[in-house]
Amino acid sequence: MLLIHCPHCNEERPELEFAYAGEAHIVRPNEAEQAEMSDADWSKFMFIRDNIRGDHAERWWHAHGCNMFFNAIRNTVTDKFTMTYKVCQKRPTEHQIKVAKND
Amino acid sequence: MTKFRRPGHGNVDVSKTLNFSFDGKSYQGVQGDTLASALLANGVHLMGRSFKYHRPRGVVGAGSEEPNALVAVDRGQGRITPNVRATSLELYDGLKANSQNRWPNLKTDIGAFNNTFSMFFPAGFYNKTFKWPASFWDKVYEPFIRNMAGLGPAPEHPDPDNYASTYGHCETLIVGAGPSGIAAALSAARNGGRVILCDENPELGGSLLSTPGVQIEGKFALDWLAKSLEKLRKTENVRVMSRTTAIGYFHDNFVALAERLTDHIPGVEIGPAREKLHRIRAGKVILAQGAIERPLVFNGNDRPGVMLASSAQTYLGKYGVAVGNEVAVFTSHDSAYEAAFNLSDSNIRIPAIVDIREDIRTDLKEQAEQRGIDLFLGSAVSKTKGKHRIKSIEVFYPNTGSKQMIGCDALIMSGGWTPSLHLWSHSKGGIKWDADLAAYIPDQANENCVSVGACNGDFGVAAALNAGTKAGGGRKKFNTNEFDFGTGISLDTLPNYIDTSKQKAFVDFQNDVTEKDIKLAVREGFKSIEHVKRYTTNGMATDQGKTSNLNALQIAAKAVDQPVEKVGLTTFRPPYTPTTFGAVAGYRNDQLFEVTRKTPIDPWAEAQKVVFEPVGIWRRAWYFPKKGEDMHQAVARECKATRESLGIFDASTLGKIEVVGPDAAKFMNLMYTNPWNALKTGSCRYGLMLREDGYIYDDGVVGRLAEDRFHVTTTTGGAPRVYRHMEDYLQTEFTELDVWLTSTTEQWAVIALNGPNARKLIEPFVEGIDLSRENFPHMAFREGKICGVPTRLFRVSFSGELGFEINIPAHYGRAVWEMLFEAGQQYDITPYGTETMHVLRAEKGFIIVGQDTDGTVTPFDAGMPWAVSKKKKDFVGKRSLARPDLVAEGRKQLVGLLTEDPNVVLEEGAQIVADPDQPIPMDMIGHVTSSYWSEALGRSIAMALVKDGVNLTDTDVYIPMPGQTHTARITAPVFYDPKGERLNVV
Repeated sequence: MLLIHCPHCNEERPELEFAYAGEAHIVRPNEAEQAEMSDADWSKFMFIRDNIRGDHAERWWHAHGCNMFFNAIRNTVTDKFTMTYKVCQKRPTEHQIKVAKND
Repeated sequence: MTKFRRPGHGNVDVSKTLNFSFDGKSYQGVQGDTLASALLANGVHLMGRSFKYHRPRGVVGAGSEEPNALVAVDRGQGRITPNVRATSLELYDGLKANSQNRWPNLKTDIGAFNNTFSMFFPAGFYNKTFKWPASFWDKVYEPFIRNMAGLGPAPEHPDPDNYASTYGHCETLIVGAGPSGIAAALSAARNGGRVILCDENPELGGSLLSTPGVQIEGKFALDWLAKSLEKLRKTENVRVMSRTTAIGYFHDNFVALAERLTDHIPGVEIGPAREKLHRIRAGKVILAQGAIERPLVFNGNDRPGVMLASSAQTYLGKYGVAVGNEVAVFTSHDSAYEAAFNLSDSNIRIPAIVDIREDIRTDLKEQAEQRGIDLFLGSAVSKTKGKHRIKSIEVFYPNTGSKQMIGCDALIMSGGWTPSLHLWSHSKGGIKWDADLAAYIPDQANENCVSVGACNGDFGVAAALNAGTKAGGGRKKFNTNEFDFGTGISLDTLPNYIDTSKQKAFVDFQNDVTEKDIKLAVREGFKSIEHVKRYTTNGMATDQGKTSNLNALQIAAKAVDQPVEKVGLTTFRPPYTPTTFGAVAGYRNDQLFEVTRKTPIDPWAEAQKVVFEPVGIWRRAWYFPKKGEDMHQAVARECKATRESLGIFDASTLGKIEVVGPDAAKFMNLMYTNPWNALKTGSCRYGLMLREDGYIYDDGVVGRLAEDRFHVTTTTGGAPRVYRHMEDYLQTEFTELDVWLTSTTEQWAVIALNGPNARKLIEPFVEGIDLSRENFPHMAFREGKICGVPTRLFRVSFSGELGFEINIPAHYGRAVWEMLFEAGQQYDITPYGTETMHVLRAEKGFIIVGQDTDGTVTPFDAGMPWAVSKKKKDFVGKRSLARPDLVAEGRKQLVGLLTEDPNVVLEEGAQIVADPDQPIPMDMIGHVTSSYWSEALGRSIAMALVKDGVNLTDTDVYIPMPGQTHTARITAPVFYDPKGERLNVV
């Protein structure tokens, strides 16, 4: 069972407290953007995901904890969490991920 | 004293005699025995029949690696455990064990004809033979295979025992209490952190128990062991756990330990926990699992009496049992000489040591000579004889082709050693091939974990002690006096003059896989070791190939003509040894299997002898049968009473979320399809929620308490996901909104009153709300008091009758219910359950999300365009409602169905076709979603999702069912009081 660091609680907690919530950094188009979006673009936003092998930016929810959603970089091959961060933060650069891995 | 017991040897208490039975025959053993050692002490080697060929089999190992000696243990009161390894089964007085996979008995087994015909049973036999006709599978092939091949029968009744589970934490977890594990614990304990040392055996000490002659720091092994264990037990931060198997190693140093608590105690009643699963999170894990000796793969190597050399040493050293009077040795490794010499020194005759190698260490030669043991170097055992026990071996010298028969009553073998990589591999640690050991050993760790001792390839007591000490943070180097573990060679095929096709050289004893089978698999094109494994089933038995995997790998590698390290190893998976379902389930059994959520009014319903049904994880009152009533009669009565006078219903399970904040209305506008700005304080409205893909997700009535406060209700099953859905959007998309969400499902009990007399009943109990028709109209929502208790009172109706939903603080729920129920007697108040609720709502055409919708239904499909705001520029799901597929013609739409025969109640889920005479497979145009007997209408009614259904109104469709095709007419889905006049009763 994984240990996941919640960036809101600032604690490592067991996986059981969390729920996976899909790929991160997919921003919902606002109403003006929606109005202009083609069906193809909308379906891409809705349904197309990267399905990355390697470091994946994804959303987690601390369901049985602080109730907050946050983002994480998890390696889909090794299942290792490299880092977690708040949803308001930008996606870490490859360099930042590398540094975090060596921590 | 039994025949093969050697007094003065072993760590057992020969003064304590234990009586036990095996296959109904009585025997005696002593305290400290396993079933296997006790049987061997009685001269019994034949302990089982093999899986496929039913060949007689004896014990091979002395621990959890045992492939052959599997027995069923009967502990009384329905407690039967099949497939227990006799080598791990602690003897107790009164133990009853039986052999398995034989009929009528172990010595005469009818199934053994498989053995005679074994040339017909090669790898893949079942796949190739039992193939067609397909109809033979159920009735002929499967019962045959199940009867013939198999382990012990599963118990017929539920396991009556109790099981426990717990979590634990430590800085250092050490798996395995042999010399390396104990040394690691001693040095880790000094650092002050919490240490857990566990071992699967009842006695700690590992290999030291088998070799009591070894000296450590000038002390004999058992003395050093006793002193070390005493020290550990006295150290406060150390927890020593015996009979505790580390069954699996999971992410982030999470290790599952299964502790056996009572199986070794005679006469334990049902009650105390039989096993306990410890879920341990460790800072560091030290694996000291040891190594398992490898059998040699030669013709006749499965005869009872043929066993591992180290096992024979263990039976002598640990249990004081001689495995025979004349024990021959066959080896390719120096370590077997230690076993041979130990046995010889205990007056067991060693008629021969057969060694594959032409040349061996001089000291071994000298020692053998001193003991008068004949050495056969550069030789191999080419066949064995004896029906139920080995009688003789044939030694073959390939250089000259000479052969010689040698008598014996046991043969001990060693093909080298296999470090136990199981837990290391569970943790996804890397492994590398060690050519000298001819085995894989740990490489790069994937967790904070080290492997020490024999499981890391550090053989010998001193090497193990030193490695363990280092892993625990110490620096001490140990002095020992021990047999030089030495080296060996590993051959894929042993020399033999007999044609391979006529040999029976077993690799996997438990699954009856021979050398031939593996070569055949390769010839037939299975090149990957994972495929060879699955095709031959090598390593797939309950022992997971602990003794066979590396031999199979070497044979397969040779057959594909590749170096072993290129072929790779099959995957190790938890559990390390077979584990009871009870241990995994722990407390989560019976009533505790799943939490049952109950409403505050549930005890009242229970007292009425209600019939409950599960809804999500709630249990809800389904219907309230009166004496002699069946479900149909009860529901008809409940429906009638509600429509004619008054029904009372427990709606406490409805999900409730309080949406609060300056931007609450804005948030509601985004989450629901309906417009919320115009909803006045003191009113409520039906709300429809979509997912972003445009499909209906949930619905419920929403009341406005204030400008900035909404009381949202959800479906019973949908409450958690709706809350998550809202939180998700609020936290990650609509972050600019100032809103708080609180789940209040458990805070409120909800009593629904429906029927023309509903208002009359509550009027005298309500304070602070004017209930008159004008001032409290349909869809009004107020706060006040009822029965002196604060209430949020809705005037809503899910039945089409005058209705109220009374929200009261949960702990007042039952009291208010009982007051209303008593006062309602004047109106013949009738409690009703979910079934009547469903009928009443279906008569009105109200949908149930998840029953009449299935995740592919839009509001337009469901006939609810009125619920979707046209003015709002955005809400979740809005853009998707314009997706091409969602606006296309021919979508399935919700309609009503009236059967031609009013007495036919269609089956929910039944498929609908337009033309019943078309050829099969028919074109299915939809399915029935809801279907009931309507007492109010005196006929059946149904709802259905039908392709282009609205356009098909007033046409007939057909529902083909077994034996009969029903005809039904498509209608509007509102069957009762379509104008809604009954809501406005005075």
